[in-house]
Order: sequence, then structure tokens, then C-alpha cells
Amino acid sequence: MLPEIGNFALALALAAAILQGIVPMVGAQRGDAQWIAMARPLAWAQFLLIALAYAILTHAFLTDDFSVLYTANNSNSLLPVVYKLSAVWGGHEGSLLLWVLFLSLWGVFVAVFSKSLPNVLVARTLAVMGLVAVGFLLFTILTSNPFDRLFPAALDGRDLNPLLQDPGLVIHPPMLYLGYVGFVVPFALVVAALIGGQLDATWARWSRPWTTIAWVFLTLGIAIGSWWAYAELGWGGWWFWDPVENASFMPWLLGTALIHSLAVTEKRGAFRSWTVLLAIFTFSLSLLGTFLVRSGVLVSVHAFATDPSRGIFILMFISVVVGGSLLLYAARTHKMESGGQFSWFSRETLLLSNNLLLTVAMLTVLLGTLYPIILDALGLGKISVGPPYFNAVFVPLMLPLIFLIGVGASSRWKADQPGRVMQRYGILFTFAMLAGVALPWVVYGDNGITLALAVGFGLWVILSSLQDLIRKLRQSGSLNLSNLGMHVAHIGTGMLVLGVAFTSAFSIERDLRMDPGSKVALGEYQFALQGFEEVKGPNYTSTTGTVHVYDMNDNKIAILYPEKRIYTVQTMPMTEAAVDTGLFRDLYVAMGDPIPGTDGWAMRVYYKPFVLWIWLGPLVMAIGGLLALLDPRYRKLAKRARTALKEEAHVSESATARPAPVMTRSTS
Amino acid sequence: MTPQRKRRLIFVALILAGVGIASGLVLSALNQNINLFFSPTQVARGEAPQQTVFRLGGLVEDGSVQHISGAGSDLRVNFAVSDGAHSVPVYYAGILPDLFREGQGIVALGTYENGQFRAQEVLAKHDENYMPPEVADALDSAQKQAVENMKSGY
Repeated sequence: MLPEIGNFALALALAAAILQGIVPMVGAQRGDAQWIAMARPLAWAQFLLIALAYAILTHAFLTDDFSVLYTANNSNSLLPVVYKLSAVWGGHEGSLLLWVLFLSLWGVFVAVFSKSLPNVLVARTLAVMGLVAVGFLLFTILTSNPFDRLFPAALDGRDLNPLLQDPGLVIHPPMLYLGYVGFVVPFALVVAALIGGQLDATWARWSRPWTTIAWVFLTLGIAIGSWWAYAELGWGGWWFWDPVENASFMPWLLGTALIHSLAVTEKRGAFRSWTVLLAIFTFSLSLLGTFLVRSGVLVSVHAFATDPSRGIFILMFISVVVGGSLLLYAARTHKMESGGQFSWFSRETLLLSNNLLLTVAMLTVLLGTLYPIILDALGLGKISVGPPYFNAVFVPLMLPLIFLIGVGASSRWKADQPGRVMQRYGILFTFAMLAGVALPWVVYGDNGITLALAVGFGLWVILSSLQDLIRKLRQSGSLNLSNLGMHVAHIGTGMLVLGVAFTSAFSIERDLRMDPGSKVALGEYQFALQGFEEVKGPNYTSTTGTVHVYDMNDNKIAILYPEKRIYTVQTMPMTEAAVDTGLFRDLYVAMGDPIPGTDGWAMRVYYKPFVLWIWLGPLVMAIGGLLALLDPRYRKLAKRARTALKEEAHVSESATARPAPVMTRSTS
Repeated sequence: MTPQRKRRLIFVALILAGVGIASGLVLSALNQNINLFFSPTQVARGEAPQQTVFRLGGLVEDGSVQHISGAGSDLRVNFAVSDGAHSVPVYYAGILPDLFREGQGIVALGTYENGQFRAQEVLAKHDENYMPPEVADALDSAQKQAVENMKSGY
């Protein structure tokens, strides 16, 4: 009975979403205050109904209700409870439900935290989000209903894919989805502003915190996914340029560009049309990512569906969203004033370069990801584009970007002199570059041009951010939070760059045969295999190895327990790598296969310097984003805008809160 | 030149330079890193290039997997990949993926030299029922070929 109620709740949510998409929009057009006021309650209704459906599906998992097809396919009575909870989004249908749940959750956030926005703008924004929800709810109900029944009910479920039974995978999808879906808010705000024809700096100011919070979630989601691939897949890699990884990375690249271009639009009123386009394309890439992952055109761990009708549905939906918003953009763009002036060397120019590099990087990833799919669709043969392509293209684009972070964050708006920046940061930069040359030599005994540049630029970003923070602290005795957040995020980027540089250059990876009692030397470490034993888990059996690790002086520094598990239901072997994590190096052991006719196993034994920094970096970046969000400036602005709104409401109805006149209309 | 025009000129120059450099990079990188797919039948017919990295896909032939590591610590494996019509011997040094089994569909990346495929990488996807689409196609066309051959009286 419950699953039918879940089904019904989804249908009602669709009805609420349709109303949310139409009523406030029409109300805003007509100036009907009552219809406009419907936006917030409808957003709540939609969210509560989807949350009910989600709770019912979770209940089916917790009570092992295998009369629901989706539960039978993705769970098992022996599955540990925490994985039953995460199995709810472990398959195609459930992950879509999580998508729409988050979509409606963002709608509620907008409804709650927009008290200071003009009601008309809120109504239009929520209406746009409602229309997006209509698309996804239709998709869920028509092609991927999680409440479909199985008759007769299965005796037991087919179990969750063992790959997904990992703590990292419990948090990775929700984080990633919150980020992915979160870009709907800046998108909806932009579309609402375009419809209303009010593209002043107000929407830029309002879009900034929403973009930042979505970006924070996406950053964390991608980082956790990368960590999972490292620990769970047993390959020891942290990024594979897998099409599905790229699908999440492309909106991240453009979202990062959007954060920076929004800063220019808010502070200086420049780049307005560009920012609008970025907001539209960032969300479009989120949709494209959903299409790539959910349509079955890609085959990977992440791709669940192989039903062509699903692919066509999402493709049509993307065309409507992108096409519609671009048409709107074309119709309204003449209304946009061109923004403030700036000289060739200024923070604006540097941020423009940042945007160019990020956009081009996104396009190269897009090309590498779509090229095989397009060739295949045209019947021109099956090809694959490997990691060497991405590395060859990506690294040369990222190096200048990293260099520019330090320059951009320390230069002035409007006009600056290269000489001034040189004077202030020249010594620091020289020091960083010398360290980039010397450090790898001294510590690891080797270096190269790309490596020296990467280490030098990484250090330069960290040091210049620190110096700027210290200088500001000395000058004024306090720090403003958004400035602190920016520098912290940049320091995180520098840490990530250092981690990538050192891991790529100095990892030692050996795949070899190990017999119980044998010892293997790897760099300055010794790995001694003690033996294997059979262990029984709740829904698997495992062969667990015991490996003692010694350092140069024969001190035992770690005991590692790599596992090879066989999951009983799906009879699927799974590698659980054992890692001794340190700030400056990871020691990594994973089991391959037993070698027939011997006691030996094929083993992977890795030494990975600085690999932790690859995940610490994004964590620090995310903290930076959160700090910027906490800036009291946004709250003060909200307060001021609220009072301004109240005053203006007395004077005229159509007026909106305008920012200080920073931009001038320029005519040529 | 007005400041406005000058600014626009800088914009355009920057964009052109960025796009130019990027497309150069992209094209050369794409050229070098596209890996074509060949089936065992195509390899047997000599259609696959020599000394160029390509992907070979098919089923791991039953009874063909031989571990040739002796007492040493290196891992060497010989096996054969087949599409039902032809089979190609493959050599690989390293750890095979979790789902590598006889009778399983796999894709290997490597070069073809002197009648042997030297794999740098072996991929078996993480689902026991999964068949890589290329492999499915290769098996399919090999089977069609066999049926046609039978019809025409070979």
C-alpha cells in the first residue's frame, strides 16, 4: 500500500510543480499580488510531497520490501543498514528521486532566504525552478518510476552493487547532487531577471551566495568521489578522465568561472552579458551531465540506465532549457548596459583571462568527452579518447591559470600598474619559483620543467595569498570574511596543485608477486607479507592479507590489511585497498589475484607522496567558499535592501532596489 | 582609438589568442590519443595497424589463460581473445582486473607485433552480466559472417 501512496505523492508533486511553474509567472506578468504570493507555498508543497515519496522509498529499503522492483534490484536483507539507506540512491530511479528532492529543497531555500528580494523576482525565480522540476518529475514518473511493483515479490533482493558499498559512496552522491542541482538557483535567477528585463547588479549580488554554496557542494562531491576511486577501486589513481567524472567536472569549471565573473559584475558592473551566459551554461552542463550519466550513452560504474527512451527525453529537455533561455537572452541582451571601464592591466582583465582559461579548459574536456559519442552516433567507428589527451591539453591551460591566481588576487580593480604588483610580489614570486626548481631536486632527486612550474606556481599562490592576508591584517587589524574566504580557497587550490604535481612525478607503483613471508623494497620502505586469512563479513567473504611495513631503520611503521572480497549475492570480487595515510606520503597495498599453483598473490604496492593534498586542497577550497558565504556583508545588504524595498513600496510598485551607481552607461 | 575600442580590441585579441593556442593543443593531442577499436577478425585479416596503439575486444577464450610467472616477482600472463571466428594471442604484464575471467568480455589497449597483442591495459567492466558494446558488435558480426559462409557453401 505504501508504495502506491509514494506514487501518488509523486503525481501530486508534479501537479504542484506545474502550478508553481505557471501561477507565479503569470501573476508576475499581470502584477497580481495574490498569484505572486502563491510561489512560496507551492515550493513548500512540492518539496514536502517529494520528501514524502522519498521517505516511503527509504521505508521500503529498511523493511526489505522486495515487492518493489527497485528495492529488489538494489538491496538485500543482509545489507548493513547504513548501506540500505544509501542504496536508496544506488540505482537509476532512486538517484533521480534524490535529484528532484534536492531540486525542490533548493526551491524551499530560495523561498525562505529571499525575504529581501522583490516579490516579483522571487515569484519568477521559483516559477523557473518549478518548470525545471516539471521536466524531471515527468521523467521520473514516465520512464523511471522507483515505485514499480514486482509480482510475485522476490524472496530476497539482488543486493547493492558491491562497488557502492563504501562509506565514501554514502556521502559522495548527495554532495555532488546538491552541487549539480544547486546551479539551478543562479540559472533561475538569471532567467527571472531576463524575463523581467532588470539586469542590473542586483541579480549578480543575489546570485553570488547561491553560486558559491552550489560550488562548495560540487567541490566536496567531486573530491569525495575521487577519494573513493582511490581507496575503493584499488587502482591507486585519483582521476581517470572517465566520461562520468568529466560530466561533473565541466559544470565545476564553468561554475568556478561564474563565481569570478559574478564578482566583477557585482563590484564593477562589467561582463554582464557574459555572466548571464555563464549562469545559463553552467546549469546546462549540469543537465548535460545528467544526460550523459543517465541515458546509457556512456558505460561506466555510474551509468545505470540503458533505455534509449530515457536518453531522448533528457536530450529534448536540455534543448528546451538551453534553447529557451538562449532565445530569451537574445531577446533581452540589447537592454543590458555595458559596464564600467577598465584598463588593460587591472583585476577585471585578469579575471577575464581566468574566465577564458576556465571556459577553454571546459570546452576541451567537453570535446574529449563527446567526440567518441558523436563519432559512434554518426557511424564513423568506435574510438576512445584516453587520459593522455586530457593531460596534454589540460596541464598547459591550468599552469597559466594558477600563475594568474596570485597576480589577479593582488591587483587592483579598474587600473593597476604591473610595476606596483612586481614591486610588492616580485621577491615572493622569485622565491616561489626558485623553490619550485630546488625542492623536487633536494627531496626526491629529480625535476622537470612542468614539475618545476607546477610546484613554483603552487607555492606562489599559497605564499601570495598568505602575504596579502598578513598585510591586510596589519593594516586594518581585521579581515573581511569574503576576502579571507577568497584567499583560503586560493590556498586550497595551491595545495591541490602541489599534491597533483608531487604525486604525478614521484609515485612509485609496483605490481608484483608476493608470497607469505616474503619482503619487497619500495623506495625507502619494506613491505613484508605475513600471510592471508579468510574472514566472513555480513554479506561477503574476504581473503585478508596482513602486510607489515618497515622504514629505512627497520622500524615497523604500519600494519596494513588489504582485502579481496567476494559478495555472496552478486558473486562479484571486490578489492579493498589498505592505505597508511600521512601528510607527506601514502603507503598503499591492494590485492590482485592468487597465482595458480602457488601460495602467492599478485599485489599492487604503491608509494604516493603528497596524495592526501589532492583531497585536502578541495576541502580547504570548500572552507574558503563557506567563509565567503558567512560574510556579514550579505546580511547587511539583505537588511538594507529590505528597508529600501519597504520605502520604495510607498513610492512606486515597479521600482527595484538598485545598487550604488558604480557603473556608467558608456556610449561610443 | 577610443578607450572603449581599445578595450574591445584587447578582448578580441585575448580571446583569439586563447582559442588559437587551445585549438592547436587540442588538435595535436586528439590526433595522438585517439584509439581505434578492432575485433579479432579484423586483426586476423591484417586490418589492424602495426606499432600503433589500438583497442582489441572480445571474449577471453576458455582454457587460454596461462600465468607464466616463475619464481620471480614479475607478473606475466598469456591469454587469447576471440570473437567466435578468430582469436588473437594476448600478452600482459600486470594485475588483471577483478572481473577478468575466461569467457568474459574484455577490452585490451595495446599494440600488435609479430602475431601477438601486447596489452598495456586490460579492462573488464564491473558487472558480471555486462558486455562492452564493441565486443557485442564484434561477436555479432563474426557470427553473421559465419552464417553467410555456411550459406554460400564453404
